Amino acid sequence: MSQTRFTKDHEWIRVEGDIGTVGITDYAQHALGDIVFVETPNPGTALVKGAEAAVVESVKAASEVYSPVAGTVTEGNADLEEKPALVNESPEGDGWFFKLRLADAGQLAELMDLAAYQAYLKTLD
Amino acid sequence: MTESQATFSGNRGLMLEEALIFELGHPGRVAVDLPDPGPIDLDRLGGCRRAAPVGLPDLAEPQVVRHYTRLSQKNYGIDSGLYPLGSCTMKHNPRLSEKVARLPGLADLHPFQPQATVQGALEVIDSLAHWLKVLTGMPEVAMSPAAGAHGEWCGLMAIRAYHEAKGQGHRRRVLVPESAHGTNPASAAMCGFTVDPIPAKENGRVDLDALKAKLGDDVACLMLTNPNTCGLFETEILEIAAAIHEAGAFFYCDGANFNAIVGRVRIADLGIDAMHINLHKTFATPHGGGGPGAGPTVLSAELAPFAPLPFVVADGAGLKLVEHAAEIPESQPFGRVKGYHGQFGVFIRALAYILSMGADGLRQASTDAVLNANYLLARLADQLSAPFAGPCMHECLFDDSFLKDTGVTTLDFAKALIDEGFHPMTMYFPLVVHGALLMEPTESESKETLDQFIAVVGGLAAKAKAGAAEDFKQSPRLTPRRRLDETLAARNPVLRWKA
Amino acid sequence: MRYLPHTDADRQEMLAAIGAPDAEALFRDVPAAARLTKPLDLPGSQGELEVERAFQGMARKNLSAGCAPFFIGAGIYRHHVPAAVDQLLLRGEFLTAYTPYQPEVSQGTLQALFEFQTQVALLTGMDAANASMYDGATACAEAAVMAARVTKRHKVILSGGLHPHFRATTETVLRYTEITAEVLDPDPLGFEDLIGRIGPDIAGVVVQNPGFFGGIRDLRPLAEACHQAGALLVVAVTDPVSLGLIESPGAMGADIVVAEGQSLGMGMSFGGPGLGLFATRDKYVRQMPGRLAGQTIDVDGRRGFVLTLSTREQHIRREKATSNICTNSGLCALAFSMHLTLLGETGLARLAELNHAKAVRLETKLKRLKGVRVVSQSYFNEFALRLGDEADAAQVVEALAARGILAGVPASRFYPDYPELAPVLLLAATETNTEADIDALVAALEEVL
Repeated sequence: MSQTRFTKDHEWIRVEGDIGTVGITDYAQHALGDIVFVETPNPGTALVKGAEAAVVESVKAASEVYSPVAGTVTEGNADLEEKPALVNESPEGDGWFFKLRLADAGQLAELMDLAAYQAYLKTLD
Repeated sequence: MTESQATFSGNRGLMLEEALIFELGHPGRVAVDLPDPGPIDLDRLGGCRRAAPVGLPDLAEPQVVRHYTRLSQKNYGIDSGLYPLGSCTMKHNPRLSEKVARLPGLADLHPFQPQATVQGALEVIDSLAHWLKVLTGMPEVAMSPAAGAHGEWCGLMAIRAYHEAKGQGHRRRVLVPESAHGTNPASAAMCGFTVDPIPAKENGRVDLDALKAKLGDDVACLMLTNPNTCGLFETEILEIAAAIHEAGAFFYCDGANFNAIVGRVRIADLGIDAMHINLHKTFATPHGGGGPGAGPTVLSAELAPFAPLPFVVADGAGLKLVEHAAEIPESQPFGRVKGYHGQFGVFIRALAYILSMGADGLRQASTDAVLNANYLLARLADQLSAPFAGPCMHECLFDDSFLKDTGVTTLDFAKALIDEGFHPMTMYFPLVVHGALLMEPTESESKETLDQFIAVVGGLAAKAKAGAAEDFKQSPRLTPRRRLDETLAARNPVLRWKA
Repeated sequence: MRYLPHTDADRQEMLAAIGAPDAEALFRDVPAAARLTKPLDLPGSQGELEVERAFQGMARKNLSAGCAPFFIGAGIYRHHVPAAVDQLLLRGEFLTAYTPYQPEVSQGTLQALFEFQTQVALLTGMDAANASMYDGATACAEAAVMAARVTKRHKVILSGGLHPHFRATTETVLRYTEITAEVLDPDPLGFEDLIGRIGPDIAGVVVQNPGFFGGIRDLRPLAEACHQAGALLVVAVTDPVSLGLIESPGAMGADIVVAEGQSLGMGMSFGGPGLGLFATRDKYVRQMPGRLAGQTIDVDGRRGFVLTLSTREQHIRREKATSNICTNSGLCALAFSMHLTLLGETGLARLAELNHAKAVRLETKLKRLKGVRVVSQSYFNEFALRLGDEADAAQVVEALAARGILAGVPASRFYPDYPELAPVLLLAATETNTEADIDALVAALEEVL
């Protein structure tokens, strides 16, 4: 059973077993505008929670994507190189950024669930 | 474009389409007649003669002149009309500057001629340096930085060199307001500093208490723009300077907005230790489509010994350009910031403007610049939305609250302004307000121009509030190109023509 | 005052609209202690006539290159700029335009920059070029930083044939960064061994071709060695006209090419403003500093140009930017482009051949002087001349200047701490030199030596 968690920086992580898939939320892609370029981490990269994992660029902004949990990268989304627009079209689906093997599943509890994230969004703007 | 406006050529009256030079060339055409070089001695080329052609197009002079003439007609310049870009100081570029810069006795000089043969050139540099020092009240000026950002980096390098020399090398933190221009943190990072942001208060100025809370013995300096990027004078600047100095740090000022106070305030009297001056802003040298500029940086007595090479000194016999540290034993230059001796062509133009204006003219210029910005603020405050109460300095800031619920963004508003024959103001900067519109009219604008601009901006604001969002989205309609696709350009970068 | 349109009546009307009693009230935020109450000790305003007179006075104190046989190079070259360039540059829409942030009203600047970028890429044999940097020396420094960024290594090697200002600027830029530079001694004979120095810790090797002392090298073996070690080859060029005759750095395997573009379009102007050319391979484009013009289409489907990939730049990335650079050398880039457009393929090739021919002619005539020897094995339009073991090239240059001849530049001006370079003189000859110039130089040298 997969669970999805969210960070205050608008990253999401969907975990199945000990593999987490990470991306940015619809709110984030909307704020950034048309995505033009994504840089994903290489497989094997060790990340701590909150580490800078990827970079996403739109026409008017560039943003770091931070890893919601500690782990080791297993895969970067190769489709994003050809088609960065996937992040706009399907931010929480095909527009995922990278997958990692979690070091500590306990860290997930520190993140927001969907209800908490939606409540958090209401406090912005 | 309607049916009735369609033409066979694609041209529309004086709006002429123009292809790339690579599409206009014809092999064998020539626009420069050169004598026959005779047989080439290949022995001296080290076996490296070019194997393949470069691939450049061949055109004749009439075609070339027409090409660039047509290109120029697609540009808006200060010469075309009001160019109210905030913090850019788009003031009139005097034509006298162009005339004197072309005197052969100044233009046709090589930087490495024996110094006795270029005393007049050194006098240009020295005279400009003198004016900059007196106007700012500072004892030294590093003339060689090529632009504002370059000057920032130069000032920060002098600060770092000072701290290192005094055994204070642990001072690596630089305080930068959130409203600062992006060059500030970028320049700091290039000197190996880390950047620590300071928030602004409700009134748009630096939060002095927040600043004091961030001070510590690891702070190298504060970088402040004054007047700041919201167009406001930092009222607590003397207290800020005192706090910074007490913490053993330096006070760097970004001089982009010097036009507001030149001739009225000496930055030395504000406690500033280093400031770059944008000659292409305050001193009217042409912006040229993006450069060249010049960013001479004035320095306090403490920082002066660290000024980069080269510099001009008087040596009894005349003027001397010092190119090596050993020539002046007390000097500890942090290095060299660029090739040769600085932006000489830009110096000539700035000096021509300065000599024309004189001290009285410069003071009147800053007065009129501030007057014009306040006039815009006062007349537009009811129709737009101003986040900070006046008076402002040489530029006035609005945010996009007046466009709330209209469906019109700051961007759309700016594009509509283009159809009205005005270059838009600065958009989305500074970041401290939402959808910023920052206007700097400069002293070069007449009251008639300002009144016309006010009427147009007011009209557009009213139009937006009346629900004409779709109209704004279609703007501009009357320009050679409309709403270019920047996403496509960034996703699939095409940075050159290919055969 | 001719640049200030307001009359006192205008000012009064505007103050009334603002609701301020006088202009001073608008400056109330300036602390009283900082307000200037007395006039500054500076002259007052002047009319055009007086200002012109002042500049003519300063101009008269100089010996300009057109008034003497002239042979100085060392990174700044005297080439003839066709009259059309200056006339076109003075068009107000070019001269007084700003950075093209509003592309709909800047297609002139943007298309010209796109053409410039293409010309630079073609000349250097590379994939892409930026819209220019401040000058060749700062471009060189940025290239060293970029090599470190791309390879994630921290050391660069600077060749002894690199222009001393390019070297010094690069060293300064690197000074407080994590990147160190291994600087080789000046290399007039071209004997340095760069390949032997390349290790796995090297981010890049920076060479100049032709070198500061003349020499032209085939850089292919060096490029090979760099790539095998995972390092980048940065090649600097000080006279782009040379690329009309000698092989491009790109064809020889360079990863980054930087150049001083002053030679075309600008005249010498005492060495400033400069024009930094910067070109690289497609795979490194996102790591390249500086502004970039890119092609796109507009809402009506027509081709147009915009600034692009801006998110690398300081106004967006701030402290994480590829560089802090904000200004390019726009008008100089335009001048360069216009000059090169006027020359075209045919003209550039011919101009380059003429330059080389003049230098060869100079060398030939210098041969008749005893004790004097050209040390450069190869050269484009500039070579190093050894004046004899006991000669002091600096004194010789001064003596010739007193005779009204601008006879090159002594190496000691750049390398005062290298006594073995004291007899070395750098001489350049371009298409602007006549046979009479050459004869005058040789005759004067004969007298003085």
